[in-house]
Amino acid sequence: MTDVTVLDETEQNGKSTQEVLLNLGPQHPSTHGVLRLVLEMEGEYVARVDPHIGYLHRGTEKLAEDFTYTQIIPLTDRLDYLCPPSTNQAFVLAVERLLDIEAPERAQYIRVMMTELSRISGHLLIAGALPMDVGAMTVLLYTMREREMVLDLLEMICGARMHTSFCRVGGVREDLPEGFAERVREFCEIFPQRISDYERLVARNRVFLQRTKGIAVITPEDAIDLGLSGPNLRASGVDWDIRRDCPYEIYDRLDFDVIVREGGDCYDRWQCRIDEMRESTRIIEQCMRDMPEGPFQTDDPKVAFPVDKALLSCSMETQINHFELSAFGFKVPAGEIYSCVEAPKGELGFYIISDGSEKPFRMKVRAPSFVNLQALQGASNMDYLADVVAMLGSLDPVLAEVDK
Amino acid sequence: MDAPLYCTKIAERFGEEVTHEGCSHGMHTFAAPPGLVVDLCWFLKDDPELRFNFLSDICGVDRHPQAPRFEVVYHLYSVPLKWRLRIKCRVDDSARIPSVVGVWKTANWHEREAYDMYGIVFDGHPDLRRIYMWEEFEGYPMRKDFPLRGYKDAYNPFGDEKTPGNDWDGGSSPPGSPQPGEKR
Repeated sequence: MTDVTVLDETEQNGKSTQEVLLNLGPQHPSTHGVLRLVLEMEGEYVARVDPHIGYLHRGTEKLAEDFTYTQIIPLTDRLDYLCPPSTNQAFVLAVERLLDIEAPERAQYIRVMMTELSRISGHLLIAGALPMDVGAMTVLLYTMREREMVLDLLEMICGARMHTSFCRVGGVREDLPEGFAERVREFCEIFPQRISDYERLVARNRVFLQRTKGIAVITPEDAIDLGLSGPNLRASGVDWDIRRDCPYEIYDRLDFDVIVREGGDCYDRWQCRIDEMRESTRIIEQCMRDMPEGPFQTDDPKVAFPVDKALLSCSMETQINHFELSAFGFKVPAGEIYSCVEAPKGELGFYIISDGSEKPFRMKVRAPSFVNLQALQGASNMDYLADVVAMLGSLDPVLAEVDK
Repeated sequence: MDAPLYCTKIAERFGEEVTHEGCSHGMHTFAAPPGLVVDLCWFLKDDPELRFNFLSDICGVDRHPQAPRFEVVYHLYSVPLKWRLRIKCRVDDSARIPSVVGVWKTANWHEREAYDMYGIVFDGHPDLRRIYMWEEFEGYPMRKDFPLRGYKDAYNPFGDEKTPGNDWDGGSSPPGSPQPGEKR
């Protein structure tokens, strides 16, 4: 429901102007989730935006203090629910660094490939949702069609379409299924053509351009000051991508371009994501080409379950380790780590303080959407209510991640 | 890599007052007294050879029952030079620390979150309100003496009973009373 409170009424040249407080949300289709915006309007112009968040606060960080490290993995799925593989990856990487272990090469390839698949699925949603927010319904229907293909692939790997929980500390849960490589190749062949289709639909559409070009501009200095990261930052002309500048897993072996655009407006943020999907497709192709055979899980029995389940019936030691791991979890040496990855929304960091037990003493999630959403208050040339909606759509916040 | 430039520069500028706490997992940690944190942040941001222009994160930590009780942890990044570092501020029970919103705008919500979850007050913050919880909410949920399931009330029948010992601002629990997080 949208209701209006009058703050002030002034008379100028015989015309009266009202300063009103306008409530948008928390249940509103254009807020992409349960976000409430309180807008101070001067007539038709927006004077101030005040986002109210927390409607989806589940206390992930508090819960994590009472969960073992393996139990936290499904919690991380629920942060950015559009791209769970990358949140899984960010978390297990932090724990692996604390444990000082590394996943086998094949597992790293699988993780990176899944992350890029989920990046495509996340970007596909925004690629369709922003045009829908500004009035072009059609694109969303097409992007959803391709998103379905990505979700099918994820389902084939792990049985779940959204909450994958596929990463484990020290590797991944299972190996890739048979026949998967062909399906991915098929997707990689079809997909670039489809991206061009979206562009043909809206990229030169006059209505779309007028609603997004030059709207809600963020300068590079402001973008850094506001803490923007990911495509939102790169659309403002700051050339920074964690995958390239601070490579983790196997990103240093892959050949991909970092998309940087200069405008910093809603259109550039949209176009940046469109182009990133092409790069992600390239990365997936390279992953499938270079992926080595081998184990998909570390062989450290203190951290991972045995791959060969037959050992459980003949080896006492395996049984003991299995019991301890499932009953108590594994201990992580005392220490602290801040580890971040380039998630589809930006810099996703996990700051974990371990006191040497099976549960983290403190786990802080640096959620990119949380930080990006602040930019709603920092953009220039955001005059009308309709521009706020375009801005919000182009920032691409996932409210589950904002509220943690 | 031994002792990167920022270690020597911080030691030069602040001497003994900002201590270097070593390097764990590739990130150097510095401990600063709360009074110095704004100066230190301005120095790191403005120095042309360091340029820590990106504030990744501000995080509150509760070390209850240790003293000093709270920590505020800042994670900084230098976009042009690709360095990361961590600043720690230990804060006692008064839980007051100067705000760094003047240095980075992004600190605004991070500090509101730390205030909401830990009750750490950031002096000079332009708009210090709760961010996740509603305004009338009592207590600071991420503190170690706040029960995992919250306190029992009309909306939360599964919460812990409020006793004088575990009241949210009542200090330490008397011996023998259930510890938060024990009941599952």
